[in-house]
Amino acid sequence: MADLSINFAGIRSPNPFWVASGPPANTGYQANRAFEAGWGGVVWKTIGEPIVNTASRYSAMHLGNTRIAGFNNIELISDRAPETNFDEIAEVKRRWPDRVVVASLMTDTRENWHDYMKRSTDCGSDAVELNFGCPHGMCERGMGSAVGQNPEVIETIVGWVMEVAEIPVIVKLTPNITSVKHAARAAKNAGADAISLINTINSITQVNLETFAPEPLVDGRSTHGGYCGPAVKPIALNMLHECAADPGFDLPISGIGGIGNWRDAAEFLALGSTSLQVCTAIMHYGFRIVEDMKEGLSDYLDAQGFSSVNDMIGRAVPNVGDWQNLNLNYKRVARIDYNKCIGCNLCYVACEDGAHQCIDLIDPAGYGLGPGRVPEKFIPQVREVDCVGCNLCSLVCPVDNCIDMVELKSEKQPMSWKEYQQRVADGDMDPIPAHP
Amino acid sequence: MAIKPKLSERAAERNMAELEPAYRPQEATVEADRCLYCFDAPCIHSCPTGIDIPGFIKKIANDNVTGAARTILRANVLGASCARVCPTEVLCEGACVLLDRDETPIKIGRLQRYATDHAYESALPLLHAPAKKSGKRVAIIGGGPAGLSCAAELAQLGHEAVIYERHQKAGGLNTYGIAYYKMKPAVALAEVRLVQSLGVEILTGTEVGKDVPGDEILNCYDAVFLAIGLGATYSLGIPGEDLPGVVEALAFIEELRMNPLDEVAVGDHVAVIGCGNTAIDAATQAKRLGANRVTIVYRRGPEDMPAFEYEYELAKTDGVEFLFHTQPVEVLGSKAGGLEGLRMVRTEPDANGRPQNVAGSEFDVPFDMVIKALGQQKLGDVIAKIFPGITIDKRGSIERDFATGITKHGSIYAGGDAANGGSEVVDAVAEGKRAAAAMHASFTGEAPEKLVQTTRLGTPDGATGAGIDKPVRVVELERAFRAGEASNG
Ligand SMILES: Cc1cc2nc3c(=O)[nH]c(=O)nc-3n(C[C@H](O)[C@H](O)[C@H](O)COP(=O)(O)OP(=O)(O)OC[C@H]3O[C@@H](n4cnc5c(N)ncnc54)[C@H](O)[C@@H]3O)c2cc1C
Ligand SMILES: Cc1cc2nc3c(=O)[nH]c(=O)nc-3n(C[C@H](O)[C@H](O)[C@H](O)COP(=O)(O)O)c2cc1C
Ligand code: SF4
Ligand code: SF4
Ligand code: SF4
Repeated sequence: MADLSINFAGIRSPNPFWVASGPPANTGYQANRAFEAGWGGVVWKTIGEPIVNTASRYSAMHLGNTRIAGFNNIELISDRAPETNFDEIAEVKRRWPDRVVVASLMTDTRENWHDYMKRSTDCGSDAVELNFGCPHGMCERGMGSAVGQNPEVIETIVGWVMEVAEIPVIVKLTPNITSVKHAARAAKNAGADAISLINTINSITQVNLETFAPEPLVDGRSTHGGYCGPAVKPIALNMLHECAADPGFDLPISGIGGIGNWRDAAEFLALGSTSLQVCTAIMHYGFRIVEDMKEGLSDYLDAQGFSSVNDMIGRAVPNVGDWQNLNLNYKRVARIDYNKCIGCNLCYVACEDGAHQCIDLIDPAGYGLGPGRVPEKFIPQVREVDCVGCNLCSLVCPVDNCIDMVELKSEKQPMSWKEYQQRVADGDMDPIPAHP
Repeated sequence: MAIKPKLSERAAERNMAELEPAYRPQEATVEADRCLYCFDAPCIHSCPTGIDIPGFIKKIANDNVTGAARTILRANVLGASCARVCPTEVLCEGACVLLDRDETPIKIGRLQRYATDHAYESALPLLHAPAKKSGKRVAIIGGGPAGLSCAAELAQLGHEAVIYERHQKAGGLNTYGIAYYKMKPAVALAEVRLVQSLGVEILTGTEVGKDVPGDEILNCYDAVFLAIGLGATYSLGIPGEDLPGVVEALAFIEELRMNPLDEVAVGDHVAVIGCGNTAIDAATQAKRLGANRVTIVYRRGPEDMPAFEYEYELAKTDGVEFLFHTQPVEVLGSKAGGLEGLRMVRTEPDANGRPQNVAGSEFDVPFDMVIKALGQQKLGDVIAKIFPGITIDKRGSIERDFATGITKHGSIYAGGDAANGGSEVVDAVAEGKRAAAAMHASFTGEAPEKLVQTTRLGTPDGATGAGIDKPVRVVELERAFRAGEASNG
């Protein structure tokens, strides 16, 4: 059994799985249930001056049979009094000394930040998370993403917080920004101990075509809401990698955004997260999902021969980099396994209309067709000499592993675009002719 | 006409292949994705062993098949056989909420088979017995599903379990009696090895009461679990019953399970007498092994038959014929000339609905093989002689407390067919587990630590260890927390 425990900026957690700041982390009752189910930590619903919420608050993007492929909310921070939240944190910490409780904070003036920092420390929080990410409502009041989008303001506020910080300070960043790196660097410059990302992404999920108002509907109107859930995972992974690969940026990162099972979790770890936070998946299925996350991750680590989760953190970071360093001489083509092909021809039409016209429909005679195929119906065949290896057909093919993208050994030495430019400039080679 | 093997090896294997093929990975994922992952799921509640079904299905969807198998096997050590033989239509799948949305219920059995097959193929050690032993020893009489489950549970709780089995192979009816096209013997034997891997000793070829006396067992062990199942099929009680060509259903099925299929002899026209699940199994297997015609003879009508509806459907699809409201009165033939057929009479229900023979309605039908499937005899009085102190109910089964399996004799427990009068494999597994939990409690004064996912309806009867670390709902803790909250201001 691999060791799942982590040390995140000095905070010890029995496993990397934390409940993200949001509705599942709203009360002591929920934190208790989360710990019962096995979560390693809870980042409390953001504490600040109590706000007033609207009805309704959430909407979603369903995709075919998949409910909640993406989730959107227009909820603000905690609507409970700060003293209620701090009292409950104290009680939860008393009951669960080995688990992590992080107070998420959002306020405005330097005095208020100092006050909240002191109260967070006094109630026994293991750390604080500064919410610089909420993209609706709070930003109109100069907080949340209004802070997170401006590195100078981040630096100022983190500076205030660090003046009194006795426990680790995590800065939660917004994805609603051109480059998250600058925000991360600002947090580091001001002395923060860690960052977390991503918060939610500005979004409108749908428009009601009778009332012409989007959901979530509030008395005939709506507003831009924060997007999260499975759909945002690729964006979160990208931003995670940007920070994890930023030279000189060495703060631990808590990864958030679309994590729903052990595999998502492992991908975040591989791209440089030390701890992981989950909101939407809990809102969909409850705290019980952590069982699969812990077990699946542990089995995966065992199978890979890693004795600790720390052995895999950041392993994929070096394998992602600038386009200009990719090998232009690498060749990969699509190959169809006729024992698996069911004859839908989606690959054919995708390549013909959507890619590079490299698949022919040919007479099936002589090809070992899979069971159930209509005899004599023409079958798709990749013209490997023309295939550019774009992956499209293998992505549309509805049968797992039916179209393999196979590597063709090239006799040519690897050559990146950067090297190519250099060689052409040096007169070592002619420019590669344009594609016909 | 002759009783002899009818089919080539290939044809027999094809006819007797498992009814539904194993899922391929993509099929399993697609099916698993349909599951709603219900909370308080009715499917869990309908499983006698309380497997956390949404939990294991979600794990399959998430490509954590090993974890899925772990969840299943922790709750039900015979998860692989239950996946194949359970009447899921009337258990978990019959409770699936998708039925209320007019959709096909989740194929829980097939998914369970997918996950457990993976466990056996990968040979990962998913179950463990603790290194520290309690020193308590339990004798288990009978190595069928009830006995194996009790032994596995005891071993996982740190106690020593020794199984006494009179057959040459353990597994009980899972090994000897289940229809071949539901489960091959190899699956049952692999499960026996899993139980052995937990340190359980199995003494095969050892009949308690004959090879080992009951009092010796009582002297050597801290507790005893009686899991002896049922006895031989009832006899017809008609002339000619001992003619060659008249066989017991269980003997016929055992023969086909223990020998190469192309060596199993069947008649050209086979009569099967009785209409329970065993009769259907015998009839379909005779048909699938090449019998020309198979006729089930039953003294009541189709509405009264004890067999499950889908078993009846399967027999009809296989071309089995039915003679309802008919009773055999004599087996025709001679020792020298062999079996010639059956003399039968029509029956009519009397005022109480009991079938009565109609005088003068005799008719003869030629058969060259007759399979008796009138139900199995109860072994209560046999075992009560071996273990005085236990009591027998009026149906001939061992009397025991349902929740704990404890008999009137305070250190003897009972479960499975011997106690419930004849039910399903999964009931036997559940009863074995419950008895193990009760023994553990009597040894240690504590309930077993393996907890179950409780549901709104309470804990599924006797279920333990659905595979999660802690129950999701801990009502007392919730209350305590709220009380603490109130007192803290
Ligand atoms: C033909 C047939 C088909 C069936 N099909 C299904 C099905 O499809 N699905 C389903 O769920 N259930 C089915 N069942 C029912 C199921 O097999 C039983 O409910 C289940 O096997 C009961 O388990 P058990 O451990 O109580 O008894 P058994 O499986 O009968 O095991 C009892 C064991 O005890 C041994 N034993 C008995 N006396 C002694 C002794 N004195 N000393 C030592 N050992 C002894 C026996 O040899 C036997 O191995 C079927 C039953 C039959 C007969
Ligand atoms: C309804 C809702 C309320 C949220 N409230 C907060 C909040 O108060 N503070 C905060 O830092 N993040 C908040 N978030 C953002 C989440 O913590 C998380 O960053 C985001 O949802 C992405 O993770 P996910 O895909 O796992 O949901 C909220 C998200 C949702 C869906
Ligand atoms: S989940 Fe449904 S019932 Fe619960 S608060 Fe929201 S709208 Fe109301
Ligand atoms: S998309 Fe896949 S299954 Fe469909 S025709 Fe192409 S190779 Fe065959
Ligand atoms: S009832 Fe059906 S849909 Fe719900 S958890 Fe069980 S199998 Fe899945």
